[in-house]
Amino acid sequence: MADFFISIQIWPWLAYLAAALIQITLIVTLVAAGSLLFIWLERKVSGRIQDRLGPTRVGGKFGWLQTLADGLKLLTKEDLMPEGADEFLFKIAPYVSFCASLSAFMAIPFAGGEHPFVALHLNVAVFFILAVLGLEVFGVILAGYSSASKWSLFGAMREAAQVVSYEVPLGMCAVVPVLLAGSMDLVVIGDRQAGSFLNWYIFHDPFTFVIFWVYFTCATASVNRAPFDLAEAESELVAGFHTEYSGLRWSFFFMAEYGSMLAVSLLASILFLGGWHGPIPVASFLGLTFDHGFWYGVAGNVLGTANIIVKGIIGVTVMMWVRWTFPRLRIDQVITTCLKYCVPIAAVMFLGATFWQYKWPNGITGGQSARTYSVREQWSAPAVPAAAKPAEKAVKIEPQPLTTAMGIARTE
Amino acid sequence: MEDPIYWPSFFFLLFSAIACAFAVAVVVTPNVVRMAFYLVLSLAATAGLFFLAGADFVGAMQIMIYVGGTLVLLIFGVMLTSQDRFISMKTSNFELGMATGVGVCLFILLAVAARSIPEWHGLTAQQVAEIPLEPTAAPLGMGLLGARVDSPDRSGYLLIFEIISVHLLVVLVGAAYLARARRSRSGFSLTSDG
Repeated sequence: MADFFISIQIWPWLAYLAAALIQITLIVTLVAAGSLLFIWLERKVSGRIQDRLGPTRVGGKFGWLQTLADGLKLLTKEDLMPEGADEFLFKIAPYVSFCASLSAFMAIPFAGGEHPFVALHLNVAVFFILAVLGLEVFGVILAGYSSASKWSLFGAMREAAQVVSYEVPLGMCAVVPVLLAGSMDLVVIGDRQAGSFLNWYIFHDPFTFVIFWVYFTCATASVNRAPFDLAEAESELVAGFHTEYSGLRWSFFFMAEYGSMLAVSLLASILFLGGWHGPIPVASFLGLTFDHGFWYGVAGNVLGTANIIVKGIIGVTVMMWVRWTFPRLRIDQVITTCLKYCVPIAAVMFLGATFWQYKWPNGITGGQSARTYSVREQWSAPAVPAAAKPAEKAVKIEPQPLTTAMGIARTE
Repeated sequence: MEDPIYWPSFFFLLFSAIACAFAVAVVVTPNVVRMAFYLVLSLAATAGLFFLAGADFVGAMQIMIYVGGTLVLLIFGVMLTSQDRFISMKTSNFELGMATGVGVCLFILLAVAARSIPEWHGLTAQQVAEIPLEPTAAPLGMGLLGARVDSPDRSGYLLIFEIISVHLLVVLVGAAYLARARRSRSGFSLTSDG
């Protein structure tokens, strides 16, 4: 986007500033509006599942202004702090959680093509997002420690035990689409699934279909949602790590929770569900691609953004459905689920997907051949001329599927 | 075109100031948990410096391994100190003097070493802008698989990579062996009311 501003002849420093401000505004708006929507949706979904109506009065027919009323109530609450609390850590903990959840959105692309809609086009976006989402735990543990309350500390310690169990299978699941696409760049992963829903990685082979559900389980655990919400466990620990929080600081924890729910759902839809490429390729039917011109492509990308956000909202809704349907697991059951079941399943499915990719690298129908080769040539193009004569080593390794899994050299 | 604010320099100064300030805070603060938290901030600012240099893979690694790894330090800090409320650590003056001496010596050594490389200073913004921004993940991956993309006549790091992975596997197996629940063989079992 900065290049666009430079191209219309303004100072480079102003161009970078303008691009950064626009991107920051869009991301913050998405997360804030997302939380507004999701809190209302959570109330409605839980109400319907429990055979109630949910909010009906505030703002007319469906109670759709309920979140705003909640927000006003939270703003007017007193900002309490327990007497023995560690003041600095107590105050900063909600912001740590919120920052981690918000930073993940920096690297999430919302549409691809030649000019992807992404704030920070990283070559290793999958890795970056998994790393940053893991930092949300810091806020939970700091909150639990600094509150000087045994309930908070119990919550924090449960969270610590939970982290070490879900991170391993989560990483293994995210590796499979990286292996299939031959890149850790989310824009490339999304664009490799272009076309109809048959090209989505969830339908690539039976192994990826299983691994999607493992990913979803681990992602639910990673955002502390029931049945994995042991850190707050309101029936046992009062409210767990946020027992002592009130008002705005408390609501920051919830913005962080809803933000990371949206983030893992968007990541799931890019990795497995085609990202901005719909079940039906509407944008390419209408000719809205970058081949027809810049603004056509932008229009297509706007459609793609709407597409991926709808997928993200569906993902979050499924998480709510799960939350209000299943009972909470015990801490040993959580660790058993993640380490004893998810890790072996993910490992076997990873091996299966590897062999499938080795045997049928272009899919069973052979429909993906053109794209596969374009990716490999992209990689080998800068390597081979530089390697010149003694390049046999690099060339020999090149046809193996592993090389493409390490990420692709982008030749722009 | 004249450029009143050069953003890369601005962010370099910002990130390095954060990293240095919190590194000092780690040493100064007496509370273990705060110390771990300051270490997290310092390491995260270092990751920012890596991203600024275009090394996005190393930056993400920094966040995953160093910042994420400090989590364990934080958890241990919480577990060790939460019995007495917010325990404080006292360092004696002798230790403080020794640490300052070693730290100053190390800083002088690193600063001299960094200044002695001619390519690392004296570049103008124009020259810096002409350095091509190359992707780093693929050459790193190829290097670990035994093929150096940047200099093909040199061998990669496959052997080192394999030795380290086998070493880590041994450590993991050993840790699992030490930590496993011991089945009582002589009818003697551990109880928790100690």
